Amino acid sequence: MKSGVRSQGSGAGKYEAVIGLEVHAQMLTDTKIFCGCSTKFGSEPNTQTCPVCIGMPGVLPVLNRKAVEFAVRTGLALNCKISPYSRFARKNYFYPDLPKGYQISQYELPICEGGYVEIVVDGDVKKIGITRIHMEEDAGKNIHEGGGSYSFVDLNRAGVPLMEIVSEPDIRSPKEAAEYMKKLRTSLRYLGVCDGNMEQGSLRCDANVSIRPVGQKEYGIRAEVKNINSFKFVEKALEYEIKRQIKVVEEGGRVIQETRLFDSATGTTHSMRSKEEAHDYRYFPEPDLVPIKADAKWINEIKDALPELPDAKREMFVSEYGLPEYDADFLVSERSLAIWYEDAVKAGGQPKAVSNWMMVELMKLLNDENKTIEDCPVKPLQLARMLKLIDNGTISGKIAKTVFEDMYRTGKDAEIIVREKGLIQISDSSEIEKTVDEVIAKNPKEVERIKAGDEKLLGFFVGQIMKATKGKANPQMVNDLLKKKLQQ
Amino acid sequence: MKLNELTISELRRFLDNREIKPQEVVDDIYKRVDGVEDNVRSFITITKKEAYEMAADAEQAILENKGSLLTGIPVAVKDNMCTKDILTTCASKILHNFKPPYESTVTTRLKEQGYILTGKTNLDEFAMGSSTENSGFHITRNPWDLDCVPGGSSGGSAAAVAADECVAALGSDTGGSIRQPAAFCGVVGLKPTYGRVSRYGLVAFASSLDQIGPITKNVSDAAIMLNVIAGHDPLDSTSAPINVPDFAQALGQEIKGLKIGIPKEYFIEGIDREVEDFVRLAIKKLESLGAIPIEVSLPHTGYAVATYYILATSEASSNLARYDGVKYGLRANGKDLLDMYMQTRSEGFGAEVKRRIMLGTYALSSGYYDAYYKKGQQVRTLIKQDFDNVFNDVDVIVTPTSPTPAFRVGEKAADPLQMYLSDIFTISVNLAGIPAISIPCGFTKDNLPMGLQIMGRHFDEESIFKTAYAYEQSTEWHLRRPSL
Repeated sequence: MKSGVRSQGSGAGKYEAVIGLEVHAQMLTDTKIFCGCSTKFGSEPNTQTCPVCIGMPGVLPVLNRKAVEFAVRTGLALNCKISPYSRFARKNYFYPDLPKGYQISQYELPICEGGYVEIVVDGDVKKIGITRIHMEEDAGKNIHEGGGSYSFVDLNRAGVPLMEIVSEPDIRSPKEAAEYMKKLRTSLRYLGVCDGNMEQGSLRCDANVSIRPVGQKEYGIRAEVKNINSFKFVEKALEYEIKRQIKVVEEGGRVIQETRLFDSATGTTHSMRSKEEAHDYRYFPEPDLVPIKADAKWINEIKDALPELPDAKREMFVSEYGLPEYDADFLVSERSLAIWYEDAVKAGGQPKAVSNWMMVELMKLLNDENKTIEDCPVKPLQLARMLKLIDNGTISGKIAKTVFEDMYRTGKDAEIIVREKGLIQISDSSEIEKTVDEVIAKNPKEVERIKAGDEKLLGFFVGQIMKATKGKANPQMVNDLLKKKLQQ
Repeated sequence: MKLNELTISELRRFLDNREIKPQEVVDDIYKRVDGVEDNVRSFITITKKEAYEMAADAEQAILENKGSLLTGIPVAVKDNMCTKDILTTCASKILHNFKPPYESTVTTRLKEQGYILTGKTNLDEFAMGSSTENSGFHITRNPWDLDCVPGGSSGGSAAAVAADECVAALGSDTGGSIRQPAAFCGVVGLKPTYGRVSRYGLVAFASSLDQIGPITKNVSDAAIMLNVIAGHDPLDSTSAPINVPDFAQALGQEIKGLKIGIPKEYFIEGIDREVEDFVRLAIKKLESLGAIPIEVSLPHTGYAVATYYILATSEASSNLARYDGVKYGLRANGKDLLDMYMQTRSEGFGAEVKRRIMLGTYALSSGYYDAYYKKGQQVRTLIKQDFDNVFNDVDVIVTPTSPTPAFRVGEKAADPLQMYLSDIFTISVNLAGIPAISIPCGFTKDNLPMGLQIMGRHFDEESIFKTAYAYEQSTEWHLRRPSL
């Protein structure tokens, strides 16, 4: 059935992995979840704080309605039921980056429950269940620098709204986990609720991993792997952990329930705390906040305002624009890319041509400068109009590449660049004929050889003519004329 | 005429007629404070400098005819309500140096009405106690008998009002902490409906039970104070977004035909003979004014104290976690982080606070939650239903405020359970979230005051004021003053 761990060394084929992911996503609200402080990333430490998010005595949280809206939006997009009545709870533990000594989270009654995400692995569609989505506040950050026997605490992040998206243990391989993460990230970005930046920590992933002999129904003992802080580490961390658990079992040992930390430097996981050392969070309902009532009317308003999600877009690109799956997959991987594409097509660009230009020329230019489509100096309409110039024979496809690069560097329209640089294609047959005659006259030896049957030399003549016309001659006409003349 | 002995309404008249100046009121207040404070010790911080500044502002406002409800009125504030840049300690060593950079909503509202802050009053540490003996700094004594406690936890506020060290005060009430000291000190204390007054800036003890209310010399002053502090606050999600009536309108209304419930569970064995006698006399008095006493039953009363000490301590164990030495207040040295936490909290908290943190931590622990916290919430619902049922038949409920008059300093300090029982008649009100007042209803042969408690429906403080005022106007208990 599932092939996920077959490559995991000796004995691996006998086991399958069972993985569930807990994903923390920072919500893109302007202000924190329980106070009015800014959520901007990267400011001077403790400049985005107030008595509420610092946890001073006597202050009270006030819920940011936008955060609830974002969670509901996500829940709807991930096919969840939205709870008409949910509430916050306190999760109690001591840590310097947690100013109140408890985190306001949700426990018994989360805002969303029971959804799913569809992923494609090796051509097969698979549903990964979503157990729940709940809201909570982020903690601050402890900073260990300066070498003294103390640390600093930055509370700018304390109170930034988070969603915790908990999957069912439906994932069977590191590859599926990576696909799930990719899919989730794309969806969150489409929804505009999270920027999905794992390196900056706005998207974080903890994994519950266990193994069991293929065919066994019961789950094995699971370990929780934390600190998977980059997209590329999702697969790596899981592969290691699965391999480790198999090894333990193969050597006659038993996997124990524990929390393990992934170390990206070594690509391994190591034990952080055992089950016995696990915190007792002493959850209880948060008495400072009233329960959240999400009425059907509000939920419907959010539903109606949902943007088109990647699956629907891909479908549309294939059926309406006739794009190959490969192109469609690429274009929907980012909402901004898909929108750029659609804008170019709506501006008159031929769908497949636009896709080709985006996937090859545009991405190359962007990647060279480490830019994203948001920073692209060329506008969709400009690409569409450049493609028109190729279509109507004003420029050749080859010249177009130079023109496009110029457009990218200068932001100018194709028409202007073509005019300024005199790049208009020569389609005047008498002018081309003159050049063809000159080139033939200059190269008698080659003419003889071609007449003797050395067809390859045709390319040489085309090259010489293009050189003479600075690439502006209409290639089709050059070909036709050359053939005609050389056959004489 | 000693101006510190007057009520808010009396001072209001003199001030508005410009017969007296706010500074003169403040002069008399601090003359009195200087005279009695060594014995009573109501205050943790005396804010004389601020008081004279506020008096100058008040005078200006009065001269410009911009006086409002509390312009020039000296009010003391319990030291668990945050006052910007003024020490706010909760009577705890752990906050011995804490000056909040923000103002609580209640004191903001007092300010808007022109009050004068006389000082921050003593309390049981973090409002945990019934005698003010648990203060981390010093004890407060009862102005009626310096060998007795003033009650608690708002003992400093009640003593300050009784001793005329202020004209009115704010207290907070989690299980009786306004009403019981008001009863012990012979003054009026009101716990409003949960949600009537914003808790923003009140240092939390038990968030679902805490409520701020006035302690005053008579019922009409309590109505004025509630008019000032009541109302929805966007900074407190649990404050009710409902209209606030003018409570002064309730004063002087007839109580003819008013049904008063007398719960049989509140006249039990162990209640002090004199307390019972005077409360029964008070009920007779109300009857003579036209009210109809009806015996009622609140069957789950016996579970109230146990329920309270599960729920309140659970919330407290979490609310007090923020005092960890990291951000403000006391920080003890430790060899590592955990040691710093432990040393700070060991040194900073007193015995009662530690006891309650441990109780609450236990009640919330995995494996015990269902048996304690969850069960407590269920019983709380039953207690609430008891009141809902009774209020179908009666308008107010009348009981003693405390089973005994003020006890002697040290008498119960060594026995927490005895101390907890001192709140046996006040705790249910907090669990149910309803309002209740304590007003003076007599004096023991040792000249110690006793309190009559009047409870009302949710957000029906008006019926309480109406009843309390009618009783007060037909008696003279509230006019007596301790001889200090």
